[in-house]
Amino acid sequence: MKLTLRVWRQQNAETPGAMATYEVDRISQDMSFLEMLDTLNEELILAGDEPVAFDHDCREGICGACSLVINGDAHGPERTTTCQLHMRSFQDGDTIDIEPWRASAFPVVKDLVVDRSAFDRIIQAGGYVSAPTGTAPDAHATPVPKPDADFAFEHAECIGCGACVAACPNGSAMLFTSAKVNHLNVLPQGAPERETRVLDMVATMDDEGFGGCTLTGECATACPKGIPLPSIAAMNKEWLRATRKVRR
Amino acid sequence: MPFGPSVVSMALATRTDRRPSMTRTLWDSSVGKKTIMAVSGLVMLGYLVAHMVGNLKIFFGPGEFDRYAHWLRTMGEPVLHYSWGLWLVRVVLVAAVVLHGVSAYQLSRRDIKARPTKYVHKRARTSYATRTMRWGGVILALFIVWHILDLTTGTVHSGGFQEGHPYQNVVDTFSTWYGNVIYIVAMLAMGLHVQHGFWSAAQTLGVGNATRDRVLKTLANLLAAVLTAGFVSVPVAVMTGLVS
Repeated sequence: MKLTLRVWRQQNAETPGAMATYEVDRISQDMSFLEMLDTLNEELILAGDEPVAFDHDCREGICGACSLVINGDAHGPERTTTCQLHMRSFQDGDTIDIEPWRASAFPVVKDLVVDRSAFDRIIQAGGYVSAPTGTAPDAHATPVPKPDADFAFEHAECIGCGACVAACPNGSAMLFTSAKVNHLNVLPQGAPERETRVLDMVATMDDEGFGGCTLTGECATACPKGIPLPSIAAMNKEWLRATRKVRR
Repeated sequence: MPFGPSVVSMALATRTDRRPSMTRTLWDSSVGKKTIMAVSGLVMLGYLVAHMVGNLKIFFGPGEFDRYAHWLRTMGEPVLHYSWGLWLVRVVLVAAVVLHGVSAYQLSRRDIKARPTKYVHKRARTSYATRTMRWGGVILALFIVWHILDLTTGTVHSGGFQEGHPYQNVVDTFSTWYGNVIYIVAMLAMGLHVQHGFWSAAQTLGVGNATRDRVLKTLANLLAAVLTAGFVSVPVAVMTGLVS
């Protein structure tokens, strides 16, 4: 395949960036999107140019490090992570636009790399349990109703990639925060911090400069792990309950 | 309100500050402000349903319509004084409009600030009703001002405004082309606003879930359609001569 890439290049957070155009040839349909970018970078290095900086780690769709907006879609046209997106989703001769996540809470570090530590601070505000849960066999000592376990697992699937924020027209982190809150709040191990967790995580989310939710549904459409839109309603319910029940 | 810097080394740092009151928490949080928008929106939606049903009395002729309008001023008597009931409704509505508008403005400011850089690669995002919530809301606010000046105070009314004769006043308004245009455009905007707003309010108040989603969406569409049709039927009836 022969492709034209238009890639966001930005030296650092201070300097303004712009789209740069590159041609890549001999791209296999079996390559992942990141392997295609590796090919581009090898050519750039050979030509003495600076390679395009982009985030990646496990390359098997479970770590949440990769983060590209491809032709306006977070993680590209398929419902998966960028590392699991393959070039067979594109046509020979296509022009592909590659941009970083856009949100004021995710400032660009360089090229396509953004700083997602705002997510870490949301987790630090309450995305943990303080109850000792023991080792793996001890997990069976605390019975969890099957529907609750399924609900928790569905939300535990969130890998914190930030595609929800990138897709949201308001740069809102409601889907991410709701996944983390719902995952722990439904479980008995999460019960001691049930109220403080949701209040503190939502407050930190606001402090980090994420936007509010206008229920456009773009986040759930972009989520590579299929965190559903009603998760936000479930978190809102928890938040409203917590404002009444929390100890002051 | 994040924990102090100690959180990096010790996740279980204990807060020593007191949590703010429920009102403070609601007003300061984006989720809380959405709750205020949802509740005030539902108050206005309840009023819209009552208003639309009341409007339909125009099809029973001037006598019944004008008598209904008079009853709105005497409702609650003898407990309430003349027109106190109506003023009570007005006070609640003004409070709802102000809370809804201020919250919408502040939340919109936050949303725009959270996404300062647009994507170079543009594509159509979200439904028409969702995209038009903000400007649709502004249109509705302007419409309400005109509507009150036209049919409540009579300040901008076409022809002689007659206090206590709402039937004739309504016919006068919808006998002008601009009266019809303003009203019908505003009612279409109202329908779109209600369609996304009602469903969104359900999500914000935590009523929505996967199994109820279809019911809520159907209810939102139904409310939007019935309200729009009910309100628009009045100018259409005047235009076609059914009401004159």
